Amino acid sequence: MYEYDRFDQRLVEERAAQFGDQVRRRIDGRLTEEEFKPLRLQNGLYMQLHAYMMRIAIPYGLLSARQVRRLAHVARAYDRGYVHFTTRQNVQLNWPALEDVPRILEELAEVQMHAIQTSGNCIRNITSDPYAGVAHDEIEDPRPYAEILRQWSTFHPEFAFLPRKFKFAVTGAREDRAAIAVHDVGIRVVQDDDGEVGFAFYVGGGQGRTPVIAPCIAEFVPKHDLVSFSEAVLRVYNRLGRRDNKFKARIKILVKQTGADEFARLVREEHAEIADGPLKLTDEDIARFERFFRPPPYEVLSNGDTKVGAALLSKDRAFARWVGHNVVEHRVPGYAIVNLSLKSADLPPGDVTADQLDAVADVAERFSFGRVVVTHRQNLVLTDVRESELRALFRELAEIGFATPNVGKLTDVVCCPGLDYCNLANARSIPVAQDLTARFADLSRLFELGDLQLNISGCINACGHHHVGHIGILGIDKQGIEHYQLMLGGSSADEASLGKILGRALTADEIGTAVERVVLAYLGLRASESEPFLETYRRLGPKPFKEAVYDAHQA
Amino acid sequence: MTLIRRDEAGARVVPDDPWTALEDEAAAPAEGDVTVSLARFERELDDLRARPGRTGVRVPGDADPDAIGPLLAEAPLVTVDFPKFTDGRGYSVARVLRERHGFAGELRAVGHVLRDQLFYMARCGFDTFELTEGKDVDDALAAFEDFSLSYQPAADGTAPIWRRRAAEAG
Repeated sequence: MYEYDRFDQRLVEERAAQFGDQVRRRIDGRLTEEEFKPLRLQNGLYMQLHAYMMRIAIPYGLLSARQVRRLAHVARAYDRGYVHFTTRQNVQLNWPALEDVPRILEELAEVQMHAIQTSGNCIRNITSDPYAGVAHDEIEDPRPYAEILRQWSTFHPEFAFLPRKFKFAVTGAREDRAAIAVHDVGIRVVQDDDGEVGFAFYVGGGQGRTPVIAPCIAEFVPKHDLVSFSEAVLRVYNRLGRRDNKFKARIKILVKQTGADEFARLVREEHAEIADGPLKLTDEDIARFERFFRPPPYEVLSNGDTKVGAALLSKDRAFARWVGHNVVEHRVPGYAIVNLSLKSADLPPGDVTADQLDAVADVAERFSFGRVVVTHRQNLVLTDVRESELRALFRELAEIGFATPNVGKLTDVVCCPGLDYCNLANARSIPVAQDLTARFADLSRLFELGDLQLNISGCINACGHHHVGHIGILGIDKQGIEHYQLMLGGSSADEASLGKILGRALTADEIGTAVERVVLAYLGLRASESEPFLETYRRLGPKPFKEAVYDAHQA
Repeated sequence: MTLIRRDEAGARVVPDDPWTALEDEAAAPAEGDVTVSLARFERELDDLRARPGRTGVRVPGDADPDAIGPLLAEAPLVTVDFPKFTDGRGYSVARVLRERHGFAGELRAVGHVLRDQLFYMARCGFDTFELTEGKDVDDALAAFEDFSLSYQPAADGTAPIWRRRAAEAG
């Protein structure tokens, strides 16, 4: 994983000092709240319903065990003993005091962490495929490129006051696990006919109140031009993006209003001016970053060590289920990728206690070379587990509470904090998630449903990614009463699509039953047991589901 | 308003600003250095050049730097307006003028210019700053020292951090 040198270390320390000074000037009045707001946001500090919320960056979701332990310490010392993992692979503290924040930043800087640009109208944390480096379908590991972009975008002097926030996602695999189609810029590693590696750029995707699937504006950008091409996109956006209306300020609106072809032409024109400047990467530059992401010292394991098949046949049904649903094929024989489900009946989706964090750090060290990855579906991953140790790991994860065998299933809910915490929200989202988790607690029932993603947002800002859930739920306010729109058919994976609203908004009492009816209808409608929900919906459209939900209600 | 200059010699207050802003309708004085709007500069280019004093140009933040770059290349002063400190277009205008069009005169940030944006402005090529009225000047003078290094190239000639690491490693 990337390790700071003295430059990186100095920068995060100077940032902690700078923010400490800004907080002092805010408290003594030299900075007004209006002047302070963008500064604190660019340091991840939001004013929430009850308190400040602080968002800490996890570049491309990758953490060391030491960093996980520091997060546990920070959660205990400065917060209420838990943290919240977000859909952008970051982590949040829900209750820090403003005057403690500079000290928290210092503590984070000691373990090479920071809160730089986790909010505000600037380039945010660069996200990636949680299986980066170990996926069997990878062309190249995207993390060296994500790290290059992180460094380029950190304190970029030209792009600190963009029209609106700006999110990059990078994937190196054939299957998209980074949701690149719904980012401001989604970058996919591609190979041309000669085997040359480059990038496809998808620009202007997004969720929020105007969901858009990003068009591809360049099918092959040579890899040496990764940074200069990104700078060209940003410069065109910074100059031409709308600033008159916050709701029309994202790059997706500029791309739509300009037209994807014309926008692409503007970017190419700008890029031609800067392509051969100092941002051009050399092979040596790239190799330097790649060195940080070399594979860990895997043992050469014979096929006889492969225990996954055996596990599935095991009489230990709980273990077999867990392997079947939470363990994924690794590119190295004898190793496995293990998903830790943060979705149980005990805590809101994405929440983890300090004790659990310490326990995760411990198992990461003993089972997976001391590394943990955060996913955009708010789970954690141990990327390098020996198959022969899966059973031992399973027992330990079960004790921590992270072995629920539901990854990719209906109860693996993505959910924003909602009205319980957030001052933007129109409705609560966590209780809806908990209600549905309880309704589908029966595992055999859950497994029968196959892959089914349920995403819940408490308002149109879509932090819970409701547009791209196979089943999406959006909280709205209808004459002062919480209501929920139900939408079906979204997906952020390959052939991404946006969910469509099924019918009239439902009350808090109705929404759980409505989801159950959708699911029951699916079981009756699917062509075979192997047809997943999304395919059935795409094949039949909304009509039968609409009848199942609404006709039954009226009856 | 306090004028701050920042160059190799460091950051300091400029006590006497030689430039007088000339409104579009006002007649140009017989002598002295004036600034005019971009529109007037384009319109009265020859007359302004014939005057004994120097002419600086006031550019709005939403200007297209590629369109005006050639025209401004020889100007002794260009001011770029920040209508609000959160409006970041002026940073791109500055970089493109400096890096692409070889603008070598004084580049001044005007409008809503606050302490916590000065570091970025300087990196984008601004060398003078009209600090917004009522703001602490000592705070502002310290702003250029917020960071002792930067990762990415800009108008200040900084090399990308990865290139500097390679140079160190030999």
